[in-house]
Amino acid sequence: MELFHRTAHELAELLRRKELSAVELCDAVLGRIEAVEPRVRAYVTVMADVAREQAKAVDARRAAGEDLPPLAGIPLAVKDNMCTVDAPTTCSSKVLEHFVAPYDATVVARARQAGCVFTGKTNLDEFAMGSSTENSAFFTTCNPWDLERAPGGSSGGSAAATAAGEAIIALGSDTGGSIRQPASFCSLVGLKPTYGRVSRYGLVAFASSLDQIGPLTKDVRDTALLMNLLAGHDPMDSTSADRPVPDLTELLGRDIRGIRIGVPKEFFAEGTDPEVANAVHAAIRQLESLGAIVGEASTPTVSYGLPTYYIIAPSEASSNLARFDGVRYGHRTSKPVADNVELYEQSRAESFGPEVQRRIMIGTYALSAGYYDAYYLKAQKVRTLLKRDFDKVFEQFDIIAWPTSPCLPFRFGERGDPLSMYMADVCTIPVNMVGIPAVSLPCGFSSGGLPIGIQLGASYFEEPKLLQVAYAYEQSAGFHARRAPLGASCGGEA
Amino acid sequence: MALEAIIGLEVHAQLLTRSKMFCRCSTDPSAGPNTVVCPICTAMPGVLPVINRRAVELVVRTGLALNCSIASHSIFARKNYWYPDLPKNYQISQYELPLCRDGYLDIDVNGQKRRIRIRRVHLEEDTGKLYHTAGNESRIDFNRCGVPLMEIVSEPDMRSADEAREYLVALRQVLRYIGVCTGNMEEGSFRCEPNVNVRDTESGAKTGISELKNLNSFRAVHQSVDFEIARHTRLLQRGETVPRQTRRWHPSDESRGGYTDVMRSKEEAHDYRYFPEPDLVPMRIGDDWLSEIRAGMPELPQQKRERFVSQYALTPYDAGVLTQSLEFAQYFEAAVAACRAGQVAEAAKRVSKWLQGEMSRLLNETGQDIADVPARPEHVAELLELVEEGKLTGTIAKEVFEEMFRTGKPAPQIVSERGIEVVGDASELERIVDQVLADHAEVVAKVKSGKTQSKGFLVGQVMKATRGQAVPQIVNDIIDRRLGV
Ligand SMILES: [Zn+2]
Repeated sequence: MELFHRTAHELAELLRRKELSAVELCDAVLGRIEAVEPRVRAYVTVMADVAREQAKAVDARRAAGEDLPPLAGIPLAVKDNMCTVDAPTTCSSKVLEHFVAPYDATVVARARQAGCVFTGKTNLDEFAMGSSTENSAFFTTCNPWDLERAPGGSSGGSAAATAAGEAIIALGSDTGGSIRQPASFCSLVGLKPTYGRVSRYGLVAFASSLDQIGPLTKDVRDTALLMNLLAGHDPMDSTSADRPVPDLTELLGRDIRGIRIGVPKEFFAEGTDPEVANAVHAAIRQLESLGAIVGEASTPTVSYGLPTYYIIAPSEASSNLARFDGVRYGHRTSKPVADNVELYEQSRAESFGPEVQRRIMIGTYALSAGYYDAYYLKAQKVRTLLKRDFDKVFEQFDIIAWPTSPCLPFRFGERGDPLSMYMADVCTIPVNMVGIPAVSLPCGFSSGGLPIGIQLGASYFEEPKLLQVAYAYEQSAGFHARRAPLGASCGGEA
Repeated sequence: MALEAIIGLEVHAQLLTRSKMFCRCSTDPSAGPNTVVCPICTAMPGVLPVINRRAVELVVRTGLALNCSIASHSIFARKNYWYPDLPKNYQISQYELPLCRDGYLDIDVNGQKRRIRIRRVHLEEDTGKLYHTAGNESRIDFNRCGVPLMEIVSEPDMRSADEAREYLVALRQVLRYIGVCTGNMEEGSFRCEPNVNVRDTESGAKTGISELKNLNSFRAVHQSVDFEIARHTRLLQRGETVPRQTRRWHPSDESRGGYTDVMRSKEEAHDYRYFPEPDLVPMRIGDDWLSEIRAGMPELPQQKRERFVSQYALTPYDAGVLTQSLEFAQYFEAAVAACRAGQVAEAAKRVSKWLQGEMSRLLNETGQDIADVPARPEHVAELLELVEEGKLTGTIAKEVFEEMFRTGKPAPQIVSERGIEVVGDASELERIVDQVLADHAEVVAKVKSGKTQSKGFLVGQVMKATRGQAVPQIVNDIIDRRLGV
């Protein structure tokens, strides 16, 4: 298998044994980017020069006999809503098109410290608002499994880059499914950690109480390794949890006999694609055959997840995005303006895309005097009910299992109206609303060869058990070993 | 019509912390424009706030000083509004569940005790400063942006401009005593926004509340409140309605007296779209922390006044003057403690007299703060002892004090440098008196026979013998003792 298609833990081993240098690996990935990026379009910015420097530095450190962290020399793609001092951070928005942050996000600083090699900043739906990358202000990213289809979103660039071999591992952010749904669409492992497990400092905020950074990788072990690097308390983020960080590779390979798996019936709603439902049910049977005890679970309030999410997330977003006013940085209108208000209105109208504007409007409305109680406050109450539902489920079960996306990767433009696009996140949103960790991993392919993902969830901070079960399934099912057909030779696609 | 003014005060006080509310930038007010800023206080994309624990402590301290109940669970909220000096375009403030609520402050207005209830005390962040330069240009200094700010909201319990001013004076005194705020109104570290309206107590009719802005002195507060009361009264008596408004105070100048005009009407009022700040976790003020803060509480002005009366046998008036500022009170106590001889009450009386007299006069003349005066309390004690022992006359002591005030030199040094002849000790003076009495036996006889006015001659002789350095009162006392009159 080509270097760029291998996993981080395999490559790390080669690097450790000095059978491969970080520069060779970096060149292989940069070469792959050159070959397929025109068709995939995963990156807003490719950081080739930075990557080569970082790879050289890692080789020098290793040559000097330094004991390096596990991911030193591994090419990592960073979603373009995380701040980096050596490349622009655009959020795929015209607002920040030329913005270079004066500081590194905590996760970026940690990855830099650990010797990761930054391949570049990946495309996303503008400000992470969307499920297809079609809302990027710059261009749309294609799914390496079918270039006419969406890679999912909003971390579509990170997912496509990893699936296409344009990065070995990647960072995504997940507010309502933005790591898991693209993982599912691109046949990757994508983890949304427990809220507070990973620092949000330097992640350009969409919805503060829902956002969480996590890995997108080709298998569960890589997810565990990257999470070991990302997780932990950050004094710069008060909402990050100050509690011990277990080694997530520890439980990988342990058998899962006796682990109780609940299947929430409400998540297999009528709109679920039958091919998705079949693949997920088959995966659950496989888990059962591995010794897990499977039962039906119920989360009766889960149908309120989507509508309440579309109150809370836009409300927080309307406030979080208020700082993009053209005063200190970002786009400022060149038209003459009479006063501050006109400066704001004109600059923002010129630079925010329609989906972002829509959500700002919804959020502003929901927080307005006279509507706050009926919308925002009520949504928060429903959120409490949802949490109670999940708490009850986790009294009975260790893990819950359900589809990541109710549908297969869709064609561009297929979900033109916002509401049907919102529906794509119906299975992932409740997890963010509650704050638990959940992982999507490959569980098969449709008759047309499109990837399908199963979603596993666990209670707060139960990532070790979550990945233990995910790993057991992955190793027995083997879907993770397949790579997107997109080859250097298969040119000719649109 | 029986009209009554209704006045409530909103006070914003900058907290005396070294670093800002949600980042580590310095709060140094003397720093050059935009030199104490960072990604957090300029709202760069992706940054997050972290609560300054010290600021929370200072607000809790204030709550305790103002007899408030302290929340065990308190949250921050976002107050959303658009202005270039507010880089996030929302201010992190408190809305529901403020840190402190339901307290009071007792004040003294023209000899009457009044209790002003405190509705809430909460914590927030300050904004930057906007400068409009000539032409169509504005500049922003973000140094002040994110400085911890405390808002103290009273109930509308004040009935006159005098009461409003006294409340403000007493509040500032408390804040200074507990070390939470410099209380400097001119520099804007202590800002006041009165809410004023007028009610007819018979009919219950009320005018709309005026919220007053742009007040940077106690005088401005007093004058603007008076102005508004008069305006509301006039309009109410005419039967006109007074709408709720935000009004700006314009101080008097050569052309006209001070007045207010409309800044914003109610229709233009902001909808701040408050909601709980999702970037911060709720604050828990546990019993341990609270007792720690309580234990660190200094003596409050009222307590100090009462103690001065009982411990130093001072009059309530003197105690009030001496405790006006913490530094003044501390100076007083240090000086009394440095007095070696005699009873505490005696020493206190002497020190009190000098501090209220000479010291206050010189402080007023020089505009100095007592804490910056070179003369230390023990120097004052030493000087007063020289006077007490009869070694310096009052007139000379005042001269010595003035030099001491300027230079910080101890009194004996000043005396010797100036060549002032200090009458030795008391026995030396007694010897001189005895000599004078012996030399003027006929006058002594006159005095003893009841012609007490002749005593002046004897005193004069002693003064002459000491070349004016003796203290006449002391000489008088010695003569009285010797002659048994
Ligand atoms: Zn700062």
